[in-house]
Amino acid sequence: MQKITSLFLLLACLLTQSAKSQDLLDMLGDPSSKEYTTATFKTSRLIIGQSIENVAKGNLNFIISHHFGRINEGSYNFWGLDQSTIRLGVEYGLTDKIELGLGRSTYQKTIDGFVKYKILRQDNQKMPVSVSYFGNMAINTLKWDDPTRENFFSSRLSFVNQILIARKFNNELSFQLTPSFVHKNLVKRAIDQNNIFAVGAGGRYKLTQRFSVNAEYYYLLPGQTADDFDNSLSLGVDIETGGHVFQLFFTNSQPLFERGFITETQGKWNKGDVFFGFNIVRTFTIVKPKEFRK
Amino acid sequence: MKNLIRFSIILLMISGSVFGQKYMTKNGKISFFSNGQTEKIEAVNNQVSSALDITTGDLVFKLLMKSFLFEKALMQEHFNENYVESDKFPDASFKGKVTNLSEINFTKNGKYKAMVEGDLKIHGVTKNVKSPGNIEVKDGKIIATAKFSLLLKDYGIKIPNTVINNISESIEITVNVGLDKIK
Repeated sequence: MQKITSLFLLLACLLTQSAKSQDLLDMLGDPSSKEYTTATFKTSRLIIGQSIENVAKGNLNFIISHHFGRINEGSYNFWGLDQSTIRLGVEYGLTDKIELGLGRSTYQKTIDGFVKYKILRQDNQKMPVSVSYFGNMAINTLKWDDPTRENFFSSRLSFVNQILIARKFNNELSFQLTPSFVHKNLVKRAIDQNNIFAVGAGGRYKLTQRFSVNAEYYYLLPGQTADDFDNSLSLGVDIETGGHVFQLFFTNSQPLFERGFITETQGKWNKGDVFFGFNIVRTFTIVKPKEFRK
Repeated sequence: MKNLIRFSIILLMISGSVFGQKYMTKNGKISFFSNGQTEKIEAVNNQVSSALDITTGDLVFKLLMKSFLFEKALMQEHFNENYVESDKFPDASFKGKVTNLSEINFTKNGKYKAMVEGDLKIHGVTKNVKSPGNIEVKDGKIIATAKFSLLLKDYGIKIPNTVINNISESIEITVNVGLDKIK
């Protein structure tokens, strides 16, 4: 009996000893309480449309979006590579939630300015999706069609409002739904719509840590615009190389800003009427986090 | 006999709770530095939890990988997404002991050399590490500091060839925690 007891005591001592540092670790609690989901997409663009991602606070993205001409134009135009339309853009993270952007497109010599605001963020507890608002105003700066009549500056303006709803399902798969409302102050014909509704949907699948395939589609709700124009469909890849992200894609949309590609897409995929294009995104740190200010 | 067992269990429980003097913090600091050929990368985590039991020498650390702050936001994203895979392995921890407890007088202000050994878990991989450090006892507060290096490949963290000049294989870790006595 004596022996058994001492053995028991020894065991108990050993057990408590070994369990102690684990107890201590448990005492620290579980720091992994609430965490926001990050990197739902690699950049602020899914392909040509906005993604749920904002530029980080104090960071500036310089984006060159470039399209060649139509692929089905054949060898005379070198399958479209002879022509190009571009959009040069900058976007800045004012805070963790607010991003401001400015761009200039070849298409209709358009200048556009936008704001993107994070309303909800997906986390590892209750919130299943991230939700952002995106608002864009575009100014067409083409010469007036008819300079002899009275023209108003407001006629140049068009507006886009989007709600971005995104979910990162896992490390590889992310999906986004984008209800959109486009308003054009001036339209060409009386039958054309000033107010147009569309729904965008898109996603990405990561094949490796630095390479993903993306798809993006905008569906125009029935109306005159849907009768005259096509739904925008883009397919592409993201390639990440440290400071840059390259997005290569095929799309049937020539314009590279929201109003343009949502409501003025004319290319037809089934006729090869598509454009090859790319975005190059370079991030610059303008304001360092306070921990790194010397 | 039964009384003896009961007595010893009670004794064990008491020794764990009362005589075990524990120190703790939730905002310790751990930073790391990568001295790459073409790029220096530094990150800091100010939300490190740590606890020390001065009677047993047990020392533990725990942190969230996503709480590491980088100078460039994009680096922080790549760190979490591509290197340490924070969604899969959200935290890192250390569970070990101060092995030269007898040389440290926790009741007297002063600076002491400490030897620490234990299991470091990063990226889901646990390795035994040993490092010298310093313990400073100051008015009932314990400040523990240490500097040591680890190899990324030991923890299954891969560097792609394209950035092999930007990221050093050996990472220098600096620990600085101020522990307060638990009342």
